[in-house]
Amino acid sequence: MTHPMLLASSAASSTEVVTFWVLAIVAVGAALGMILTRRAVHCAILLAVVMLILAAMYAMQGAPFLAFVQVIVYTGAVLMLFLFVMMIVGITAADSIIETIRGQRLFAGLAGIALLVLLILVVGHATIGQAAPSGPRNSTQNVPGLAKLVFTTYVFPFEVTSALLITAALGAMVLAHRERTSPRPTQRMLSRRRVASGRPTPLPGPGTYAQHNAVDMPALLPDGTQSRLSVSGVLAARGVEVTAAKPAIEGEMAPEDESKDEQ
Amino acid sequence: MISPANYVALAAILFVIGGVGVLVRRNAIVVFMCVELMLNAVNLAFIAFARLHGNLNGQVIAFFVMVVAAAEVVVGLAILTSIFRARRSASVDDANLLKY
Repeated sequence: MTHPMLLASSAASSTEVVTFWVLAIVAVGAALGMILTRRAVHCAILLAVVMLILAAMYAMQGAPFLAFVQVIVYTGAVLMLFLFVMMIVGITAADSIIETIRGQRLFAGLAGIALLVLLILVVGHATIGQAAPSGPRNSTQNVPGLAKLVFTTYVFPFEVTSALLITAALGAMVLAHRERTSPRPTQRMLSRRRVASGRPTPLPGPGTYAQHNAVDMPALLPDGTQSRLSVSGVLAARGVEVTAAKPAIEGEMAPEDESKDEQ
Repeated sequence: MISPANYVALAAILFVIGGVGVLVRRNAIVVFMCVELMLNAVNLAFIAFARLHGNLNGQVIAFFVMVVAAAEVVVGLAILTSIFRARRSASVDDANLLKY
């Protein structure tokens, strides 16, 4: 009569084996991609992949509470914070390939391989047995058990943690705060500045009178020339080629006018 | 059943990758992300050991690690934005005011 139970447990364990290997390979690949991609945004996406996989692994190991905390805190809050800061610092901030210290990458790779060999040897030589059959595996007992530990054995570290969080919030506010060194411009000052700038009208929108209205399509001015001002400067900085719209009348496209437009 | 040793080995691999990333990358945001990867790898090892011992102490420690990591990210990113404001760069090579 224990036969079906044994079958079920072996099926569950083989599921865990397959899940583990698939997730582990994807996680290591994503982590390697993280240190190999040049753009910081791709790095953040790959880090999200690793974190979600780790959340699944926590759930597989009888830690459902930590799995959800991982999803909410890491992929939800921390990665969003990373993406926000990336937008402040500039999304184009790609790493330079130039090595500032000669041979740094080589030595970092060698040190990493040495550390990996050391750690794997330690793990291989340590007698890590099989998992204990009971205890935190039972998911209905996980959250009450954690709550009991946090509020009894670990109550002092828990309180210290709250102090740490308050300190971190205050520190972030102090560090990210910027004093205004000049008075805030009033409406009158803004309008004067606008008239004095020589272009009181709004900039032309991208794609106006052009062949189509994509954001990278320069607008055509009434004389048939293109206006570079209608295309966001971010596109040029990102390396997106501004597609040259065919002028309405051949031969009227004058690049000199564009440079004059840009001021 | 997958042995906890496999999880610990995976944690070691992820930790090493994060450490190499910290050493190699020059963008400070990416360096922070690699530090987060290292912290996550350590959490995985903690949870594997919690399962190995059959009690919840490792999970509580992993929970505290998550809290500390969140605080670290908040302060670190605030420092990064203030450095970016002063130097107009997010590269770790440009923050060299304290260099001898």
